[in-house]
Amino acid sequence: MSDATASSLIVPRRAGSQAWWNAVNAWLLLLPGAVLLIAFTHFPILATIRHSLFITRRNGTEAFVGLDSYRSMAADPIFWKALVNNFWFALGTIPTSIALALVMAVWVNRNIRGRGFLRLAYFTPTVLPMIAVANIWLFFYTPDYGLLDQLRGLFGLAGWNWLGDPSTVMGCLIVMVIWKEAGFFMIFYLAALQQLSPDLDEAASIEGASRWYTFRRVTFPLLMPTTLFVAINAVINSFKLVDHLVIMTKGGPNNASTLLLYYIYEVAFTFQDSSYAATLTVVLLMLLSAIALIKFGYLDRRIHYQ
Amino acid sequence: MLMAAALAVFSMGARPASAVDLTMYYPVAVGGPVTKIIDDMVSRFEKDNPDIKVTAVYAGNYTDTMTKAMTAMKGGQPPQLSVLLSTDVFTLMDENAIVPFDGLVSDKAWFKEFYPAFMANGQIDGKTWSVPFQRSTIVLYWNKDAFKEAGLDPEKAPASWDEMVEMSKKLVKKDGGNTTRWGVEIPSTGYAYWMLQALAIENGQKMMNEPGNEIYLTAPKTVAALEYWVDLSRKHNVAPAGSIDWATLRTDFLEGKTAMMWHTTGNLTAVKDAAKFQFGVAMLPAKERRGSPTGGGNFYIFKNASPEQQKAAVKFIQWMTAPERAAEWSMKTGYVAVSPAAYKTPAMEAYAKDFPQATVARDQLEHAVPELSVHENGRIYKFVGDAVQAAITGAQKPQEALAAAQAQSDRVLRAYK
Repeated sequence: MSDATASSLIVPRRAGSQAWWNAVNAWLLLLPGAVLLIAFTHFPILATIRHSLFITRRNGTEAFVGLDSYRSMAADPIFWKALVNNFWFALGTIPTSIALALVMAVWVNRNIRGRGFLRLAYFTPTVLPMIAVANIWLFFYTPDYGLLDQLRGLFGLAGWNWLGDPSTVMGCLIVMVIWKEAGFFMIFYLAALQQLSPDLDEAASIEGASRWYTFRRVTFPLLMPTTLFVAINAVINSFKLVDHLVIMTKGGPNNASTLLLYYIYEVAFTFQDSSYAATLTVVLLMLLSAIALIKFGYLDRRIHYQ
Repeated sequence: MLMAAALAVFSMGARPASAVDLTMYYPVAVGGPVTKIIDDMVSRFEKDNPDIKVTAVYAGNYTDTMTKAMTAMKGGQPPQLSVLLSTDVFTLMDENAIVPFDGLVSDKAWFKEFYPAFMANGQIDGKTWSVPFQRSTIVLYWNKDAFKEAGLDPEKAPASWDEMVEMSKKLVKKDGGNTTRWGVEIPSTGYAYWMLQALAIENGQKMMNEPGNEIYLTAPKTVAALEYWVDLSRKHNVAPAGSIDWATLRTDFLEGKTAMMWHTTGNLTAVKDAAKFQFGVAMLPAKERRGSPTGGGNFYIFKNASPEQQKAAVKFIQWMTAPERAAEWSMKTGYVAVSPAAYKTPAMEAYAKDFPQATVARDQLEHAVPELSVHENGRIYKFVGDAVQAAITGAQKPQEALAAAQAQSDRVLRAYK
């Protein structure tokens, strides 16, 4: 598209300068995007890396400390706890929410009654503000008064301190996030399903393939680009959770629900330790870059794009 | 475009030459319509002082308010004054954020009007860095109806640790395997360090030194204090397992889910307005001695404020803490009025006669010690809070949990020795 726009903007001149003009035009068109990207992505990344090598003294002066912050990070049990928590959180949320999204999308793609309503219902959690979601789920999880404990009460079970118990708090967050994410991912799958040609389905049924076989060998492989896209989003989201933690647990009890970004927030704004926060941010950056590399370097080549 | 922006800024500044604008951040850590009370007081102040305009900004709990103030300061737009924890003083001094009151008030006799126990946290190196506003001690609230039902004297709260356990055992009510009423609840989120400090004081243990660079978490008596707290749920089964939330505990008490609670006196009026049963307020029970840390928020004035703003801020603070207003604030919330004079106002005297619970927290002041206040207290509070939660949830023994917190705290405090 940009090629078309570019060539329509310039009057063709002598062949030699044409290529040169094309290049200038291309760069000019890229400029707004590039400026934004450099100003709000690349520059902050470099500044963060630099900042992680310095400490800011209370009187405002900076001092170079090299890798000191990284060494104290390696000795910081809360950091490791946050990292391990984040791993379990990602493992708990990503596969389930993607699978659920796919099932829901296939379901609401059929010709069933109340389809519009169903689609809307699945998508609703996505539209809600994060804080509202946290409050709704607080209403579920509050010990004794919460919906879950009311239900347990019907069966004569005692109340459970869902968010106050280190063994259940992470599970509670995972369930909530799946609830919120699955509907969002469903939309992408639904769009992808509607792009698929009905010929393939027909062909398969003429060949006598069962529905499950068709899904497994035809539909699902064709949905792989969407799955990859959704998976990347899910991974990023699993590192992005802060709002719910602030409202629901503050990372407690005893850091059982602390995730990396929440810890960064706490270090930066509650403890006012920006250089250590920068150090932690660099780790987060490296993690996310590694994931991006796997996507572009490995997964992308193995997927069939139409 | 720059010109337009500059014009807009100038035209916004076009107001009577003498008017001073102040922005104040304040936290809410208790129940009740606190923001409404503050707004009302501020608008009355503005009526009395038309040349000063105060924008009072509610900024969340104490931690959130501190976060907001510090972030605003680093962004170059600090408020001119704030209500922050009295214990934030070291952090604010270390960040070079505040000015002492000494140079701003003409008559230093003003400082002597407050309860010395409340001034203690804010006075360092002979300077007064903050003055008390919404101050508290921890008190024990008890449900007299529940006491009666359990066959206990409804007028008598437990006076010692052992007594509290004994009474709690009688107060626990079960329905099959379910506990429908607990004996006692002590909150372990939000301000866990505060509750632990209360227990430690009662056990005869100080938690920190005066310069704020040492903390005593592994002292045997601190450990014993946490053990007692943990035993309430794990050994005696008179308190629920898991962490108990600071903010919802009041509801638990009001709903009769617990017969006693330890909480700030700042909740008193909210409890009084909502309780459907007779309740009492008592000083915390004793082990070696009675005791509670003081708590709550002080007024701070920020350095970046202009001299006029600082003067106006002092005027506002003096107005807010004058005996009549302190009495009004205490009656409307439950916080301890900050000066003895407030308790001598006719309104307060009449109120206390009708509702003697209103003076318990003040009377406890004679047993009170300053709240845990050290350098980097945001971090230290987290370490202590984590340790308490680790012990309460059974993840670690109190001794181990506190040893870990001590080691982490020592590392942070090393820089201030």
